[in-house]
Amino acid sequence: MSEIAIKELLYKIADDQLILGHRNSEWTGFGPLLEEDIAFSSMAQDKVGQSQAMYQLLHELGEAEPDTVAFMRNSDQFHNCQLAELPNGEYDFSLIRHFLFDFAYAIRFEMLSNSSYVPLAKLSKKIQGELRYHTMHANTWIKQLGSATEESISRLQNSLNEAMPYALGIFEPSPYEAELKSEGIFDGEEALKEKWLAKITEVINQTQLQLPDITTLEPKMGGRAGQHTEHLQPLLDEMAEVFRIDPTADW
Amino acid sequence: MYSEAQILEWLEEVKDPEIPVLSLVDLGVITNIDINEHRVAVTMTPTFVGCPAIDYMKQDVIEVLNSYGIDNVDVQVNFDEPWNSNKITDKGRKALKDFGLAPPPKHNLIVDIDILDNIECPNCGRNNSVMKTPFGPTACRSIHFCNNCKETFEQFKPL
Repeated sequence: MSEIAIKELLYKIADDQLILGHRNSEWTGFGPLLEEDIAFSSMAQDKVGQSQAMYQLLHELGEAEPDTVAFMRNSDQFHNCQLAELPNGEYDFSLIRHFLFDFAYAIRFEMLSNSSYVPLAKLSKKIQGELRYHTMHANTWIKQLGSATEESISRLQNSLNEAMPYALGIFEPSPYEAELKSEGIFDGEEALKEKWLAKITEVINQTQLQLPDITTLEPKMGGRAGQHTEHLQPLLDEMAEVFRIDPTADW
Repeated sequence: MYSEAQILEWLEEVKDPEIPVLSLVDLGVITNIDINEHRVAVTMTPTFVGCPAIDYMKQDVIEVLNSYGIDNVDVQVNFDEPWNSNKITDKGRKALKDFGLAPPPKHNLIVDIDILDNIECPNCGRNNSVMKTPFGPTACRSIHFCNNCKETFEQFKPL
C-alpha cells in the first residue's frame, strides 16, 4: 500500500481537524448564547481529539509524536485547507463554516470507514458517529436562522458567499488521487465534493438562502501544499506558545 | 493465574471519573482481557475519540489491579472494537438513571434525530421532553428539558 499517499491523506485530515478545532475553541467564553458557547467548545474538544488520533496513526507510520507534530511545525508545513484557518469573524461566519466543513467531513469519514487501510477505516467509523452531532447542530441553526429575520438571512448569505470559494478548497486534489483510488484507500476528492454538494444543497433549499453558483467561483486552493493565508501563523504561534517554552515538560 | 471473571470483578472498582457511579465494565469500554502467568493485558476503547478521561481510566485500571497483587499490567487503548452506547450494561443504565442522567436509548447503530426527543425524564419518569442542545458539560452528554416536571436534565448521548 502506498505509504506516502496514506500519509498525505492523514496529514490533511488531522491538520484540518486540529486547526478548525482550535478556531472553535476560540468561542469558549464568547458564544452568543451559553448553549452555543458549549457547543463550539465541545466540537473543539472532539476535533482536537480526533486530530490527535490521526497524528497517532501517523506516528505508527514513523512520523514524530503527536504533540511534536501538532505544536512544532510552521504554517508552510501544515496541510489544512484555508477554510479552517480563517478567523472566526462573527457568529454567522463561524456557523456557515461549521456547516460547510462538517458536512464535508461527515461524508469523508463515511467514505473512509470502508477504506482498505484498516486502522483508518476503524477510526473513521468511530468518528463518523460523533460527527452526526456536529452536522445535526449545524443543520438546526442553518435551517432556523436561514429562514428567520431579514438580518439573519442576509448575514448568513454574505458569509456563505464569502466562505464558498474557501470551502471548495477542502477538495483540492491530492498528488496521489490515482493511488488512493486504485488501492481502495479513499475514493477521491472529486467524489467527496459531489456528495457534499448534494447534501448542502438539500439543506440550503429548505431555507431562504441561495447557494452561490460554484461554476463561477475560483476555489481557494494551496492549503494542502502548505500555502496559507496570513491568518495561520499567528494561530499556530498562540496554540503552541506554552508547549514551545519547554517541549519536554511533563503535564 | 487469575480468571477473566475475577479481573472483571476487580475492574468494577474503576469508575468513570466524570460519572462516578458507573464502572468501566458497565460503561462497556473494556474490550479485551488477556491473562498469562505473569501479566494481565487489558484493552480499552474510549467513548469519544477526544475523551480527556481515558488516561485517568487507564491509570486507575493499573492501580486497581496492582492493589490485588498483579504487578505486570499492560493497558492498550485502541479502536479495534469501537465503543457505542449500546455497550452500556443494564446495570450501568440503572446506575446512570439513579445518578439523574438519562441512559442512552438503544439503537440500531444509526442514531436518528427522532430518538433524541421524548427521552424519559430521570426525575419524574415521563416521556415528554425536548432536547435543548446535543452538547452538554462533557462530550458524552446532551441537555434536555422535561415538559412535565419542568426540570432540565442530562442524557448520556446515544452514539
